Parts: sequence; C-alpha cells; structure tokens
Amino acid sequence: LSPYITIMPYITIMPYCHHHFHNLQELRHSASLANKVFIQRDYSEGTTCRFQTKFPSELESRIERTLFEDTVKTLNNYYAEAEKIGGQSYLEGCLACATAYLIFLCMETRYEKVLKKIAKYIQEQNEKVYAPRGLLVTDPIDRGMRVIEISIYEDRGSSGSSSGSSSVSGSTAR
Amino acid sequence: MSLGQGPRSRRSSRGRIPHVRLGNRRHRRSGELDCIGLCTNLQHRRAETPRLHKTNKKNSWHARRRARTMSAVMVTRKVRKWEKLPGKNTFCCDGRVMMARQKGVFYLTLFLIVGTCSLFFAFECPYLAVHLSPAIPFFAVLLFLFVIAMLLRTSFSDPGVLPRALPEEATFIEMEIEAANGNVPAGQRPPPRIRNVQINNQIVKLKYCYTCKIFRPPRASHCSICDNCVDRFDHHCPWVGNCVGKRNYRYFYMFTLSLSLLTIYIFTFNIVHVVMRSVDGGFLNTLKETPGTYPFLFFFFKVLVCFFTLWSVVGLTGFHTYLISLNQTTNEDIKGSWSGKNRVQNPYSHKNFMKNCCEVLCGPTYPSVLDRRGMTQEDLTVSSASAAPSSSSSSNAAPQTTKTTAPLIPNEHTPDDARPSIAASAENSDSSKEGFPPKRSSPARVTSPRVALIKCI
Repeated sequence: LSPYITIMPYITIMPYCHHHFHNLQELRHSASLANKVFIQRDYSEGTTCRFQTKFPSELESRIERTLFEDTVKTLNNYYAEAEKIGGQSYLEGCLACATAYLIFLCMETRYEKVLKKIAKYIQEQNEKVYAPRGLLVTDPIDRGMRVIEISIYEDRGSSGSSSGSSSVSGSTAR
Repeated sequence: MSLGQGPRSRRSSRGRIPHVRLGNRRHRRSGELDCIGLCTNLQHRRAETPRLHKTNKKNSWHARRRARTMSAVMVTRKVRKWEKLPGKNTFCCDGRVMMARQKGVFYLTLFLIVGTCSLFFAFECPYLAVHLSPAIPFFAVLLFLFVIAMLLRTSFSDPGVLPRALPEEATFIEMEIEAANGNVPAGQRPPPRIRNVQINNQIVKLKYCYTCKIFRPPRASHCSICDNCVDRFDHHCPWVGNCVGKRNYRYFYMFTLSLSLLTIYIFTFNIVHVVMRSVDGGFLNTLKETPGTYPFLFFFFKVLVCFFTLWSVVGLTGFHTYLISLNQTTNEDIKGSWSGKNRVQNPYSHKNFMKNCCEVLCGPTYPSVLDRRGMTQEDLTVSSASAAPSSSSSSNAAPQTTKTTAPLIPNEHTPDDARPSIAASAENSDSSKEGFPPKRSSPARVTSPRVALIKCI
C-alpha cells in the first residue's frame, strides 16, 4: 500500500468496464484518482511566474512529451505577458495612482484579463488533450501560483471495483 | 456530562429540548445549512459545537472525546473560503477585508490623521481661505482623502499571502526532499531543507517553511505575527495593521509619501497662520486667545503631532525610496542579504534607478491567490469524537474551488456521494487518527459557525 496515494473524498467508484475516456464528464464519474504530479516553479529568471518544462517521469506512459511541453510553454508565455513591464503597465500604474487606485473598482487589471485567458486555455486543453488520456490539469492560481497540479486518473476494470459504494477518505493500492 | 462551551452557549441537561444554534450571528449570511438524515428520536441532547473557542479549546475537545455517542446527523454547509483559512488574520465584510489580529495601533494611526486634519479644517482653513486663497483647503482635502485611501488600501488588502500546501502537495515535496537527501544514518540530524536556485548568476537559497509546508519562493518570508508566508515580504507594520508585501507595497509607499506631504503641508500652514495672526495682533496675544476663535491647546497638539510625524514618516519615506531605488525589501536590508560582502549582489536589481522605481511602483498589479470569497463545502459528519477532525480534514482535502471552470466534483453531488452509513462511519472512526490535536480540527481563527449535532438513542 503506497502511503502517498489518496482518494479525494466524494468520488463514487462504480463498476466499470475498461474503456477509453472521452470527456471530462466521464473522467469525473467513472475514474479514480491514482496520483498527482506537481510541476514546480522555475526561478532561474527571477521572481516572474514560470514553470519548469522538465517532463515528469510519472507522465511518461500517459502523454507525449511535446504536448506537455507545449502546454507549459504556452502557460509561461501567458504569465510573461501578464507580468510584462512596459508602456502599458506604466500607463495603467500611473493612471491608477492618479485616481487613488479607485479606478480598479470599475476596470479590470491586465493581469486579471490574462488570468481569464489562462483559465479558458486550461479548460480547453483539459477537454481536448488531457481528459482523453485520463489526466486533469489544475489552474495554478488555485494552488497559489506555486505548482501546476496534474491529476492522474485510472479507470478501474470491472474486476477490481466494488459496486455502488462511496469512499470517504482512505488509501488505495495501485 | 460537561459539554464544550462557546461564549454564547447555554447548558442544558438531558431531557430538555436543546436550543439548536444554526450559525453565528455574524456569519448567518454566509453559511447555509442543509440537514440530511436528521434523526428525530425523542431524547435530544444539548448540541455540541465543533467550534473551539480559544479559552475552552481543551474543554470542548475533551468533551467531544467523552461524548462517543452515535448520531445520524450529517450537516453540509456552504462556507466562504476565508472562514477556513489558516493563519492569524482577521477578516471583515464577509472576506473582503483582511487584516492582522492586533489592530489597536491602526486605530491610533487613523485617529491621529483624522483628528489632526479635522482640527486643521476646523480652525485654520476658514482663516486661510479668506485671507490667502481657497485653494489651500481644497488641496488639503484632496491630500487628506488620498492619504486615507492609501492607508485603507494598505491595511485591508491581501499583502501577497501564499496559501499553505495541500496535503498531496506537501507529501510530494517531502518525497522529493527524502529522495534528494538520500539515506540519513540513524541518530544523525537530516540536512536542512534548502533548495539552491541560480538567479542572474547569483545563488539564492530557498528555505523550506515547516508551517506552510512549501519551499518559499525567493524574497518570500514567513510572518510570525500573521502566521503566513508572504511573497516579497517587506515587514509587518503595526501602524497599518497588516503585513507589507508584494501586493500592497506600492500602496504603503504612496501612503507614507502622501502622509509626509500632508504633514509638511499642515505644519507649514500652521506656522503661516500663526505668523499672519501675529502680524495682525501680536504673537503672545494670538496664543492667548480664548477657545472658540483660536485655541492654543489645539495648536500645540497639532504642532506636536506634526513635528513627530515629520521626523518619523519623512524618514521612513526616505528609507523606502532608498530601498526602491535598489529594488530591495526591508527584510533583505535588515538581514544584509545583498550587503555586498562575499561579492553577493542583488540579483533582482536592474542597476538603474528609474527601472527599479518603475518596476516596484508601476509594475503589474498582482492578483490575490487566496480566493477569500469563494465557496467551499464544509461537511460535518459526527459519528464519534474524531469525526470533527475528519470532517475538517475532508473539507481541506477537497477544496471546492470556484475558479476552475470544469470542477472535478460538482457541489450538488457531494451530499449524496458523501453520506456514510452509520456502520461505515463507525468503522471509519477506528481508522481515523485518535490522538488528533484539537488545533487541527478547527482553524485558529474562531469564526466558523457552530453547527448543531443531535444525539439519538
């Protein structure tokens, strides 16, 4: 029994025939969480938000390296765009200061706009690339911008599951 | 049997119908109660509350341990995430306002600023507006409003708190640490948990925070007063009642700068006023005038406050201008991280005064990663004494984030999926940790609403 594998509560394990996941709905209802991989931050360029593009070994059998690297590189580009210090950010900063930062009550900051784009991108990637492979990418903002959490799911074969019981919290053997 | 008591609970003995408290008065708006599987047997017991008031922490925890009775109540509540945040912050306005616990000095700051300025507006401005120019009180008002806005913005906003690692992440990091350390012979202390990172040809050490279970990003530090790791931690300012970090440093700087200007302004026009009156009617007469026209006491108070404020706030503004020009934080300056010995230089500085200023003051406005006002589920299944810890741990382990657009488990499904049978919960109680420390079972901040638990026979 590996002590590092936990099941998130409230997941129902149903008897399930082995088949390929097609979308997020199925992932949600018919799979069990096997493991989580955390992609750490890359601080080599300072404190700007960047994630390491090193391919984790746990994902080797699940997804192609290029797809994974593409996702992380696109995310890094989005964050670089949000944190870019240039003409637009100066203008925004000076204007905000002149209005005692009250302008942020009506206007969305550039960072928030980019965060929305990131959320949309991650959902799209989940639907198209990751869910069909039994993986789920969590938006880094939900983890304090520290890590990109990738949850690895495994579909349970019909032989190995109990019928209709829900587990609250516990550990499972792989 | 004694029961855990909060400050407003009442004792009731067996047989009396209990007063079922459905939520703290302050938080009724945020918590909704869904009672599922309520047992409606006749004998009810006074409800035990899982809320641990600071002074009664031990009593209520022991009381719950003693009360190992079965109850078939499972209550699901939707709460805002700020109610479940660890750390020693206080939250107001349903999570919109975030401050440190000790706010006394902040109230003093407010009182001094508002008090001095209102005296100025009451006594000096009418004279100056008439004898010199109405622009003087006008600019004074603008400056005053700016100062208050910056103060409130600094005090009430999230300084850049880094949320603590969730259990899976903490375990993952532990695994990495153990893999990196290799086999430590028994009896030897394991090496300190440090990661080395090269930034701009400089080796920076990232320390591991044992409270938050993360490797702190560069420039982050753990504030012991607020019990949080704060990104780009500058210092904890009691005058402002909050930490100063990445997100509110520019507001803090604008506050000190504008306060300096306001102090100089008021001080100058105090003097000008006295001089003008003296020219009109002699200096000593001016000071002796009866209250109502020109109170001497108020003048003295204002001059005193302005004098001390001038030296302290102007000095502070100067110090922070120096720090900004070098792109350093107060924390780094105090520790001497980039003092230049051993050829250690600041890797974050652009070596250009304007560039550093622009980055710190006009850089991007970072969002808060805390998500204080998101909703999360709190499931309080009570089957035995250890059920309260297991419920809070379950709510910690399954954060129902509202930001992900494709949530893994939608909130509507959880009650059905999570409803355990009494037998299952009795089994779980054996496996769950017995000696669970009471501190874990409820956050240090005692704002979680109480939930009634009814015991059935």
